[in-house]
Amino acid sequence: MKDVVLNNIVKTYNKGKVKAVNDVSFTVNKGELFGLIGPDGAGKTSIFRILTTLLLPDSGTASVKGFDVIKDYKNIRSSVGYMPGKFSLYQDLTVEENLNFFASVFNTTIQDNYDLIKDIYVQIEPFKDRRAGKLSGGMKQKLALCCALIHRPTVLFLDEPTTGVDTVSRKEFWEMLKSLKQQGITILVSTPYMDEATLCERIALMQNGEIMSIDTPKNIINQFPENLFAIKANDMGKLLQDLRKNHEIKTCNAFGEFHHITINSGEPIIENRKFKISNIEKMLIESGHKELVIKEITPTIEDCFIRLMDQSIDNG
Amino acid sequence: MRTLKFLLQKEFKQIFRNKALLPLIFVVPIVQLLILPLAADYEVKNINISIVDHDHSAFSRHLISKITASGYFRLADYSPSFNTAFKQIEQDQSDLILEIPQGFEKNLVRENEQKLFIAVNAINGVKAGLGGAYLNQIITAYNADIRLQWFQPDKFNTAPVITVASSNWFNPFMNYRFFMVPGILVILVTMVGSYMCALNIVKEKEVGTIEQINVTPIKKYQFILGKLIPFWAIGMFVFSVGLFVVARLVYGIVPVGNLFLLYGYLSIYLVALLGLGLLISTFAETQQQAMSVAFFFIMIFMLMSGLFTSLDGMPQWAYFIAKCIPVTYFIEVVRMIILKGSGFADIKYHFVIMIGFAALLNGLAIWNYKKTS
Repeated sequence: MKDVVLNNIVKTYNKGKVKAVNDVSFTVNKGELFGLIGPDGAGKTSIFRILTTLLLPDSGTASVKGFDVIKDYKNIRSSVGYMPGKFSLYQDLTVEENLNFFASVFNTTIQDNYDLIKDIYVQIEPFKDRRAGKLSGGMKQKLALCCALIHRPTVLFLDEPTTGVDTVSRKEFWEMLKSLKQQGITILVSTPYMDEATLCERIALMQNGEIMSIDTPKNIINQFPENLFAIKANDMGKLLQDLRKNHEIKTCNAFGEFHHITINSGEPIIENRKFKISNIEKMLIESGHKELVIKEITPTIEDCFIRLMDQSIDNG
Repeated sequence: MRTLKFLLQKEFKQIFRNKALLPLIFVVPIVQLLILPLAADYEVKNINISIVDHDHSAFSRHLISKITASGYFRLADYSPSFNTAFKQIEQDQSDLILEIPQGFEKNLVRENEQKLFIAVNAINGVKAGLGGAYLNQIITAYNADIRLQWFQPDKFNTAPVITVASSNWFNPFMNYRFFMVPGILVILVTMVGSYMCALNIVKEKEVGTIEQINVTPIKKYQFILGKLIPFWAIGMFVFSVGLFVVARLVYGIVPVGNLFLLYGYLSIYLVALLGLGLLISTFAETQQQAMSVAFFFIMIFMLMSGLFTSLDGMPQWAYFIAKCIPVTYFIEVVRMIILKGSGFADIKYHFVIMIGFAALLNGLAIWNYKKTS
């Protein structure tokens, strides 16, 4: 059963001048942890706002738990949990008051659903008398998640929950999502961080309001059609320039410690590639690079994303 | 109902926790009510006068002492010539020049007639007009004095005389505060109602909490009522404090009319005003925008509602605008009930008009609120 269905959703702003979401269709299965991955401005938040009935699409249809986002918006509102990207709880109410308030507007109580939020709530419980505005970033996220869960939603929408949160809290947050998934809650999460993509069951890579690819992270990585090499030397800046000038190199992107390159291989023969790599290595040494390291690696989601992005630029 | 209760609970908690807003709601109106009526005084005192006396006679000295003893004038300068006196006006040291010609006493006694010259600095029109008028009155009184001294009145009046006796109703001592305080009270309630309400709703938009509220099953009318009721109550409270504490204890104003009638009108008026606040909040995206728009309206309300100036003195188009302002009607009603003791029959049209305003403003606000979301 599909919990979330989008069919050809289009959303424009400024009277059609800005296309935020362009003909997007995808489905999310029941109990799935689905990730929308894309940079800022890819249209993630617009999709979330359409699905949570805060925004009307220009065209196309969408439904959550079988309820249409336009006609049955009331049913959707009582059965989904939404955590906006921006912290949107009452900053002048305390942690407990916020939670109580959102529980009561959904006609429930903290006690009724305490088992669902317990694992998260115990972490912020020592601060329950503190005003929400005075919490740290990570605590705010936990409180927001508690408030989104307090009415036991069946579908949870999390818009960039880890943006602006430190690495440890991010890790904790994803652990929490995993345990929520165990409870059978369908989770739709968006993130601009590519490294978080592998934590989702299925992901949609988005760019400029369009979906470039939808699959499991593993399949997306497997679909990467070329061999990828990581390369490192003493002068990374010069290395990047030299590599980009080289005709044997197809793509070259800076990735932290290494540069990731793919090569123009006429024939898919492994010997041929190895030969080319050793050629490149030789050339680089000749042009004065020291401490050269070249190794073949499995691509990351980010590599896949960049490749898809370049492709769409070439096509467009 | 349960949801509304929680919304109200939350709203009051927030209001009472807001350290900046709380004094703004409760203290500022009272302070303003104490200060503003003193500033909005129509009587002009301390008019600086320069006197040029070419006569130096007993009569001229008598006139001068009468002028300075009136309490309205302050003798700024006693100049030998008109030109030096005029310098005083140029330097803004004096507002009026009274020139007494040479032979004032002699001619007055001999020819029964004499002329005085008054020059007025008319930059401040009110001060100049009133100063000139006061001075004229004093001179007229002086004139009557002299006549009384010189002529014994005939036993029988030879010419018929109309004597006018006037009496001031509803405000016998013509205390301007009786007129101003109720009006200012209205303005204060207006500010609390429209400003606070608009800002509060826009704050939810700005902070983003409205998003979170919108994905809950809270209905729109519940949300709106949750916002209107607290500010309606605060408006009632501020008005009561102003009326029973400040107006009664400080200014000694005791409402003559029926209090239920007054509060009945106030409750409708507040609904209309909160509708205006709501309307502003549907247009504004940030508190800054809401503040600017609300300020614009408050300025017009203050200056055109007949608080300071009489409506009848306005040009036709301004009169028309004044009649489109709800504040105008409430100021009228407050003055009528508090000072005159008017009953329901006297203000029934005011009631109808205010209900119309309440329906119109709230209707527009809800219509626009629906349109945007």
